[in-house]
Amino acid sequence: MTGKTKENYNSNYLNYVKTQIPPTRHFKNCLSAFGVGGLICCIGQFIRFMLEYIGLSGDELAGTTSVVLIFLGCLLTGLGVYDRIGRYAGAGSIVPITGFANSVTSPAIEFKTEGWIYGMAAKMFTVAGAIVVFGVISGVIVGLIYYFI
Amino acid sequence: MKKGNTVFFKNKPRVESFAAVCGSKEKEGIIGQYADIALDDDMYGESTFEKAECKMLTTAISQCMEKGGKSEKDVDVLLSGDLLNQIISASFAARDYDLPFLGVYSACSTMSESIMLAAMLVNAGYVKRAIAATGSHFASAERQYRYPLELGCTRPPQSQWTVTGAGGCMIAAKDEGVKIVSATMGKVCDYGVTDVNNMGAAMAPAAADTIIQHLKDTGTQPSDYDMILTGDLGALGSRIVKDLSWEKGYDISKVHVDCGEIVYKVIESEFQGGSGAGCSAIVFNSYVLKKMQAGLYKRILFAATGALLSTVSSGQGESIPCISHAVELEL
Repeated sequence: MTGKTKENYNSNYLNYVKTQIPPTRHFKNCLSAFGVGGLICCIGQFIRFMLEYIGLSGDELAGTTSVVLIFLGCLLTGLGVYDRIGRYAGAGSIVPITGFANSVTSPAIEFKTEGWIYGMAAKMFTVAGAIVVFGVISGVIVGLIYYFI
Repeated sequence: MKKGNTVFFKNKPRVESFAAVCGSKEKEGIIGQYADIALDDDMYGESTFEKAECKMLTTAISQCMEKGGKSEKDVDVLLSGDLLNQIISASFAARDYDLPFLGVYSACSTMSESIMLAAMLVNAGYVKRAIAATGSHFASAERQYRYPLELGCTRPPQSQWTVTGAGGCMIAAKDEGVKIVSATMGKVCDYGVTDVNNMGAAMAPAAADTIIQHLKDTGTQPSDYDMILTGDLGALGSRIVKDLSWEKGYDISKVHVDCGEIVYKVIESEFQGGSGAGCSAIVFNSYVLKKMQAGLYKRILFAATGALLSTVSSGQGESIPCISHAVELEL
């Protein structure tokens, strides 16, 4: 079987496979992402209130809140809890800043066995690298639009 | 003797002994009762997962020799392979033995390919005794093919879970035991599946192709077998392989069993079931062979399936070529 026949055969097979794949439960996933993501934001807000209470304000307050959340994200990754949350929460635990912390810490832990420099340090951004690149690009685009209007 | 793609073993090489080591998650399932060693700690007392995988393989090989009452001197060759780049687990396990080593790579169908090659060598009389072994580890496979372990991402519902475990069997020219009657060499099949999470759908055509080829070459029907065992198609792949062979006029649904489907107790995080080279290795070398020895199964066809992809090929958008080799065993 070659050429056109093979192509037809393959597309028939792929269509058939599509009917067999169990559907992704979008509604349930969205709901749990909404719940967990919201909860993480609530915790962030709680930390913010507490820090405000002890006398921080402005950029200092925003920065410290982020630092505390990043620390918690890293800690939970190291303890092996964050991936379990992620399995159920999906995007809910990936989108907040704790998810970014998780994407940096997890390869760092994973590749530690290949040495500190070429393993841990070099491979730390295998997942987060993409987030940084496209984060900066979209930041620039939004910045330009904002500048012109 | 060869007919079609199937070789028939006149001298009937036999399975002399077999051994399986399984991880902690596999221990909870059906294999836990049948495996020789069921680990509580997936690190197996080692510092890295790769070392743990290698140690499991070494243990399986040593257990094989021990159970058969043989030592390194009695064995002529070791055939082994695994899923890691440059099949390091198998090669590193082989350095612990004073044995000639033939490295085999056929992804998750390494077990059936190495049994087939071992049987060929024994049948031809080139060697008296050969060991075929393979294994895989969830954590090392995950690192190589997917994401870091601790990354909090979700798995799609069609995905499978790489089995932690290793198994091996010793094949020799003997008068008693389970006979290896024939083996079918598989062809590479590619039906254009590109989804790396959907291994079942990618491998099912290869499994169907080899099973049907074997049935044609031997002139048998599915009902002649007590069990047609596939490697790691999972629940989804099993449905597809039954459909595909039904379409070609062979109804295997009554006798078909998939290692990946039965290896785990049904827990939601594994979705379609187990996969990996270790999946068919531990199921075949514990559950299946023990039941065969006990006389519960008289004749089985073992067709493990492998997806021959790499992270580079899938990154470049290539589809997944798959293969399946079948071995027929009789009591």
